[in-house]
Amino acid sequence: MESFFIYISMFLCLLVILALYRGIAGPTVLDRIISISAIGTKTTVILALMGFIYNRGDMFLDIALAYAFLNFIATLAAAKFFRSRKSIIPGSNCPINKGGE
Amino acid sequence: MRYIIVFFILYLHWILWSGKFDAFHLSLGIISCALVTFMSHDLFIERKKLSPKIIVEAIRFIKYVPWLLYQIILSNIHVAALVLSPRMPIEPKIIRYKTKLKTDIALVTFANSITLTPGTITADIVDGEYVVHALSRKVADDLMTGEMEDKVAQIFEEE
Amino acid sequence: MSVLAVIFILTGVFFFTTATIGLLRFPDFYTRMHAAGKGDTLGAFLTLAGLALYNLHHGFSVDAILMSIKILLIAVFIFIANPTATHAITKAALNCSVKPWENKETSK
Repeated sequence: MESFFIYISMFLCLLVILALYRGIAGPTVLDRIISISAIGTKTTVILALMGFIYNRGDMFLDIALAYAFLNFIATLAAAKFFRSRKSIIPGSNCPINKGGE
Repeated sequence: MRYIIVFFILYLHWILWSGKFDAFHLSLGIISCALVTFMSHDLFIERKKLSPKIIVEAIRFIKYVPWLLYQIILSNIHVAALVLSPRMPIEPKIIRYKTKLKTDIALVTFANSITLTPGTITADIVDGEYVVHALSRKVADDLMTGEMEDKVAQIFEEE
Repeated sequence: MSVLAVIFILTGVFFFTTATIGLLRFPDFYTRMHAAGKGDTLGAFLTLAGLALYNLHHGFSVDAILMSIKILLIAVFIFIANPTATHAITKAALNCSVKPWENKETSK
């Protein structure tokens, strides 16, 4: 059963790398934010799985919860930050929207 | 009353996450929970007077959750089929949905339910109108039947 | 019970996979939001529920039950937090009037 968890974790790591492609290439800043948020959700699950692989569930679950909180707060803060920028409007020579068509 | 409820919720979480039951950790938990309760009790429970209605609402909400889960699984299968089909037959558009809900908690519950179910995302509420981004025409029609809104209204606004 | 847990985890991983493929394939920001916001939420919920079930297969001691409750609490938190984050980002995009992509074939 432990090797099953290891394979699942490796597969999730592969998915993280795939999602990271959107984070690097994504045309607008908002694409990058959702990519990072999705990676954070996967990382929470990977941390919980690692708790089972190493038999230290009590410790890794606390880390997973902290990671979930941080991921949520970071996403909200980034969304709030870019909402208050007027420069994100297309056509206003904003670096965020270059190539966003 | 609010102080007591918030304190017990916080203390339950303290015990659950610390996992230790000796006197030192328990008394430390009492002190810190009391501090947090004193500072932020009005953030947790906003309404001034608590009536027994809140228990009825909680029970109705728990009954609503399995239906919501079923809808979420249906919606995920729909989105997965859209993702995996080679031609991707999607027609995204923004629709406006007029709501009849009044209270804050009903609005929030309905907005989160919309986001979680068939291919729709709530973006904003403007003057009692939801701005919803729908992924395909089928899911937009599903939302317009208003079945989910009736269920949410039944939970929170029925006497 | 561990068979049920394996089924839960595999279903969750399947939804994770479709979410990631959707994130890569969909044409614009809003549609990617659909894939990432929904597939990840259900995937995480199912995987964590499977882990909580697997944790109980040795027997129902107090420690095991506490740990399962912790895992379920993480799942519930993700369930509440993910749609909220999705609203926030979509609202930011609408406020900045990012134009949604339209299907050229079906819209006239």
